[in-house]
Amino acid sequence: MTTIVQALNVGKSYGTVLAISGISAEIVAGEVLCILGDNGAGKSTLIKILSGVHTPSEGVLKVYGEERTFESPRDALDAGIATVYQDLAVVPLMPVWRNFFLGSELRKGWGIFKRLDTAAMRRITKEQLSEMGISLRNVEQPIGTLSGGERQAVAIARAVYFGAQAIILDEPTSALGVKQASIVLTYIAKARDRGLGVVFITHNPNHAYPVGDRFLLLKLGKSIGYFAKKELTIEKMTALMAGSDEMTNLAQKLERKPGSRTTSKS
Amino acid sequence: MSGRFARILRRPEVGAAVAALLIFSYFSSTTTAFLSTAGVSTWLYSSSLFGVLAVVGALLMIGGEFDLSVGAMTGTTGLIVGIMTTQYGINIWLSLVVALAFALSVGAANAYISMKTGVPSFIVTLAALFILQGANLAITKLLTGTVSIQGMSDVENYDTVKLLFGSTLNIGGMDIKISIVWWFLVTAVASWVLLRTRTGNWIFGVGGAINSARQVGIPVVKVRMGLFMATSAAGWLVGMLQLFGVSTVQATTGLGQEFSYVICAVVGGCLLTGGYGSAIGAAVGALIYGMTLQGIVFAEWDNNWLKFFLGVLLLLAVMVNLYVRRGAGDRS
Repeated sequence: MTTIVQALNVGKSYGTVLAISGISAEIVAGEVLCILGDNGAGKSTLIKILSGVHTPSEGVLKVYGEERTFESPRDALDAGIATVYQDLAVVPLMPVWRNFFLGSELRKGWGIFKRLDTAAMRRITKEQLSEMGISLRNVEQPIGTLSGGERQAVAIARAVYFGAQAIILDEPTSALGVKQASIVLTYIAKARDRGLGVVFITHNPNHAYPVGDRFLLLKLGKSIGYFAKKELTIEKMTALMAGSDEMTNLAQKLERKPGSRTTSKS
Repeated sequence: MSGRFARILRRPEVGAAVAALLIFSYFSSTTTAFLSTAGVSTWLYSSSLFGVLAVVGALLMIGGEFDLSVGAMTGTTGLIVGIMTTQYGINIWLSLVVALAFALSVGAANAYISMKTGVPSFIVTLAALFILQGANLAITKLLTGTVSIQGMSDVENYDTVKLLFGSTLNIGGMDIKISIVWWFLVTAVASWVLLRTRTGNWIFGVGGAINSARQVGIPVVKVRMGLFMATSAAGWLVGMLQLFGVSTVQATTGLGQEFSYVICAVVGGCLLTGGYGSAIGAAVGALIYGMTLQGIVFAEWDNNWLKFFLGVLLLLAVMVNLYVRRGAGDRS
């Protein structure tokens, strides 16, 4: 398996505030790297480093073994690393195919007669979506009519079509119900099977565990563990994430005390 | 079957087309003048002047912005050309270019101020509207001593320019004012740009979800700047069509017309919130406006009924658009 991106002891400080430090992880082709952590754990800072929004203040990024510094998101995109943010960068009222090519439209003709190649764009959208396992009756429908999971898939398919080898998915399941979340997980697996390196950011171990190959657990800006799947069970992951002390404390606090039971009688 | 039917109904122009047909049938069956050749050319001419503004204004609205000052701009540009030529004897072509340059710079200023400060364009262009309306009257009075421009037809080369903006073609026994040709031309070009070019895709994107548009690399500022300038240029075009159509211009031109093109665009299926609409729909909206304006005259009603009627139509159109938007699954 090829390692697409390798982060070595990466850290970022904003002024004197250390957001993250000493993080190492690999994005490998055909594998899913899950990054887990609570709010404020440093997930978004790490994404911003991987996607070229921030340059790390310590450590290095290697792309295909070569040391690289991303100056902008464009640099990361050119290196084949695409990021799908939570709002998906879609325009709800526009047709699926127009959304698919928004900002990178295909054109034909010359001079002032240069125009959209609508037939090709419709066809490619249809093809790319069906490779992700979505068959739309018609790519003419506004993207806002698709379900949350399908919209996620369109955004993934778009990133793949425009040359992404690694895609970073920022909390793609957090706003979704159980059913839609499981659809998104299926698409993540599909993207993985197509040979992409997938970074899946979430705070939900139940979403991460079934689909992940490697797990990076973050807490307060530090790595609290980087595991291959076989080294980890979902129980251990949950415990690590919550912090076992805190969990024990919480369990004690929530326990019913004998005698304090209040059962309503009707 | 029902799917296809629903899809046709959802097209932004359809509601307006149905309304236009009803209004057309009503006035043609209740008045004799409406369908006469003179009658048809009258309401087509009325529609064309609203239509040019409505169509370009619709692009701006789809891009998510407003320009209320464009009605006053038709007066300002006409006055600039009128005063430069009749009062100072400046070459008419040069005057046309100066007026256009003025219009474009006001458009650019509207865009710049509203984008730099984040103040809604509704407010910025409302201010521009008052500034232009006030200046139109005050400066015209100051320079000419009256509130209208006289002696336009004596200006050198007037007839050549009139061919472009004020001539009348006779097609099949019917007098067709050249502004009707301009209206069709502007509608065709606008519709092509909107649906078949990258710029059109960007306009929908910018108006529909500006952050998404930014994320996919659309030059948001350039798109909106271009739209404001195009709208002002349309104001200039209509200013010229009016000036050379009747050989005079009043300093009060455009007064009370601030919202008429917005109404035409909304009746034609544009959403007030941007991101949805059609150029052809706006042209049909203008047709409704023109037919009603003249139909009420032909039917010898009190012409105040026009505003009443337009208000009702606007309300209906907004409700239909809202329903369409929900049906189109906009969950944002």
